[in-house]
Amino acid sequence: MSYLRKIFAIVAKDVAAELRTREMLSSMFVFSLLVILIFNFAFDLRAENQKTLAPGVLWVAIAFAGMLGLSRSFIMEKDRGSMEGLLLAPVDRSAIYLGKMLGNLLFISIVAIIILPVFIVLFNLPAEHLPLLVGVMILGIIGFASVGTLFSAMAVHTRAREVLLPILLFPVVIPVMLASVKLTAAILDETPFADVQNWFSLLVAFDLIFLALSFILFDYVMEE
Amino acid sequence: MIEIRKLVKAFGNRAVLKGVDLTVSEGEFLTLVGPNGAGKTTLMSVISTLTKPTGGMVNIAGYDLADGAVQLRRQMGLVSHKTLLYDDLSAEQNLRFYARMYDVADADARIEVVLRRMGLWGRQRDPVRTYSRGMQQRLAIARSMLHDPPILLLDEPDTGLDQHAAAMLTDLLHEVGATRRTVLMTTHNLQRGLELGDRVAILAGGRIAFQASKSDLNSKQFRDIYYQYVEG
Repeated sequence: MSYLRKIFAIVAKDVAAELRTREMLSSMFVFSLLVILIFNFAFDLRAENQKTLAPGVLWVAIAFAGMLGLSRSFIMEKDRGSMEGLLLAPVDRSAIYLGKMLGNLLFISIVAIIILPVFIVLFNLPAEHLPLLVGVMILGIIGFASVGTLFSAMAVHTRAREVLLPILLFPVVIPVMLASVKLTAAILDETPFADVQNWFSLLVAFDLIFLALSFILFDYVMEE
Repeated sequence: MIEIRKLVKAFGNRAVLKGVDLTVSEGEFLTLVGPNGAGKTTLMSVISTLTKPTGGMVNIAGYDLADGAVQLRRQMGLVSHKTLLYDDLSAEQNLRFYARMYDVADADARIEVVLRRMGLWGRQRDPVRTYSRGMQQRLAIARSMLHDPPILLLDEPDTGLDQHAAAMLTDLLHEVGATRRTVLMTTHNLQRGLELGDRVAILAGGRIAFQASKSDLNSKQFRDIYYQYVEG
C-alpha cells in the first residue's frame, strides 16, 4: 500500500504543480487544436476522403501534443533541482517511473479527450463512435506514455534533450501509432472487429511489453 | 554511524574520489572542507545514494550502500545548494508531498512543527518561488528534517546566501548540532566549518588529506593547514 501511496503522491504533486501554472496542459491543448485546424483547412475535405484522413490527423495531433508534455515532464524536475529530492525518497525507483508515467498518461488523455469533440465536429464524423474512440485513444496513449516517460528520463540528462526525445521516441512508437490509426479508421468505417483484431492485439501487446520493460529499465536510466 | 572505506568514484577515466576513508561517529558533527573540484559534492552524492561508487565500501546506520539504498535513504536528510523544492507549489504542498514519500506519521502536525521551527509558519501557503533565497534554504532544511532522520548531510548549504541569511543558517545548524544528530557538512567557509563541527576534515586530491578534532585546532592553525594541503 505504501508503494501505491507514493505513486499517487507523485501523480498528485504533478497535478498540483500543473494546476498552479497550467503551462503544460494549455500548450498541449493549443498545439493539438492547431494541428487539427491546419490539417482540416489544408486538406480539401470532401465527404469521401474525410474518413481516410481523419485517423491520421487525430494521432498526429495526439503524438505531437504528447511530445510537448513528455519533454516537460522531467525537464521541470531537472531544471528546478527537484529531481534529486525525488531520487532521495526511500522508494523503489520503479514507483517514480509509474508516478511520472501515470501523470503523463493523465495529461495526454485530458488533452485528447478535450480535442476529440472538436475533431469530430471539424471532420463531420458521427458522434456515436465516441466511446470506442476514447477506448482506442486510451490504449494508444498508454503505449506512447509508457515508452515516452522512459525516454524523457533518458533525454533529460543530455544537452540536446528537446531534440533527442522525438528522435528516440518516434521510431519506437511506430507500432503504437500504426495500430492506433488502423483501429481508429476501423471504428469510423464500422469495420468488423475480427478484421482488425491483429492490430488490437499488437496495441495491447505493445502496451504490456513496453510498460514492463520501462518499469524494469528505469532504475538504470536514472543512474547518472 | 557513517563509515567509508577506500571509496573510489570515477567518471570515465577521470577519478574524482581516489580512496576516501572517513568515519563519522553517532551524534558527531563533521565538517568537510576542500577546494572546488576536490570531490565534496561527488562524495555527498555517493553517500546520499544519488550516484553509485566505482569501488570501496559505504556503510550508514548499519545499511550497506550496495544493497540497502532504499532503507538507507530513510535514515538521512540532505540539504544542498539546490533546494530540491518545487517552486510552483507552496511550502505546505512541498512538505506534504515529501511527508507522503517518507511515510511521515501525523504529517500535518509534523509539517507545522518544522515550519514553525524554521520561522516559515504564516507563509506556508505561498508558492516557494515567492520566497527569498534564505527562506528557500530554511524550507530546504525543514524538508530534510521532516522525517526526523538520524543523519543529516549538508552539502555547501550556505551557497548563495547573503550574510544575514548565512548567519541565520549558522544558528539553525547550531540547533541541529545540539540535537545530537550525526551531521556531515561540506563547506568552503573554513571559519563556519570550524565553528560548527566537532571535527574537521580536508578533502584534497580525491582523498582525506587531514582530519582533527576541533579542540586540537584554532582558526589560524586550521587555515594554515588547509592552504598547505590545497596548495601543496
